[in-house]
Amino acid sequence: MKFRLYRYDSEAGGKPWMQEVDLDIDPAGKMLLDALIAIKAQDETLSLRRSCREGVCGSDAMNVNGRNRLACITPLSELKEPIEVRPLPGLPVIRDLVVDMEPFYKQYRSIRPWLVNDSPEPEVERLQTPEDRALLDGAWECILCACCTTACPSFWWNPETFVGPAGLLQAYRFIADTRDEATSARLDNLEDPYRLYRCRGIMNCVDACPKGLNPTEAIGRIRSLLVKRRV
Amino acid sequence: MKRATGSHTGTGTWLVQRATALALALLLPFLALRILAALPLDAEGWQAHFAPAWSRVAWLAAALAVALHAWIGVRDVLMDYVKPTPLRLLLYLLVIAVLGGSVLWLMVLLWRVA
Repeated sequence: MKFRLYRYDSEAGGKPWMQEVDLDIDPAGKMLLDALIAIKAQDETLSLRRSCREGVCGSDAMNVNGRNRLACITPLSELKEPIEVRPLPGLPVIRDLVVDMEPFYKQYRSIRPWLVNDSPEPEVERLQTPEDRALLDGAWECILCACCTTACPSFWWNPETFVGPAGLLQAYRFIADTRDEATSARLDNLEDPYRLYRCRGIMNCVDACPKGLNPTEAIGRIRSLLVKRRV
Repeated sequence: MKRATGSHTGTGTWLVQRATALALALLLPFLALRILAALPLDAEGWQAHFAPAWSRVAWLAAALAVALHAWIGVRDVLMDYVKPTPLRLLLYLLVIAVLGGSVLWLMVLLWRVA
């Protein structure tokens, strides 16, 4: 199979270049990550992140034939040759397919991704009804792979100020949580022309999410809450 | 220089854009159909078209909605692409002048005809 791999070493300097690789591999039942690991076995200078190799850890997000996906759950047989593999767009490249995720994590931290509850702790856990718990479905499954946020033009243009789809989906996860008591502060935090309202609903995030989540819908729900508390 | 956020605005602007979109979705087909039904129009026909006050008000409302809607849309684009604040502010003022001027011009025209 033919591959075109993005190669770059920020420490060595120079310009990024595309490496043509011809790999002898049977695509049946194999994922893109299997091929990349086989290529790395031949040429150990190729750098990429990977860990769980089953779409749970979110380490091996990369741009494959123009789409952000997880290499470990992308079947080789589905991909058109030459398979062009690039790092996630919109984040600084450290080396080859490894990007600096800090701008992404910084926005994630900015929405305070933890439960805020100042009420006295009950004797047992803070319980939820099944209905309350169901409100978190479609939000808690996010693995923070950054496929969605780095597919979003609004994040490309405003990485310092726009929270991005992953961060906003997580913001919604805590806003929707009945055990969280900081809803007003969370909405205040997002009530801003840049932090939330850079989203124009083009839904690249929905197209890119390897877990099938819908950040645009979550952003819409946050916006409804912002509107309701105002009118 | 780091960039700060947290101006606690944004929902109002978004609401105005949505509201004007809704107003235009209702107004524009109505205004277009009214012209289509009256075709062909000569100078006197146009005069008659704009003669009732409600017709002029409807046109002005539509123009105002277009201007507000366009202002928010263009402002969004400028926010994305024009990073130096003084330049962005200057462009904002230019856009406001063009849109506001157009609406005022229309108002003058409509009421001069009457």
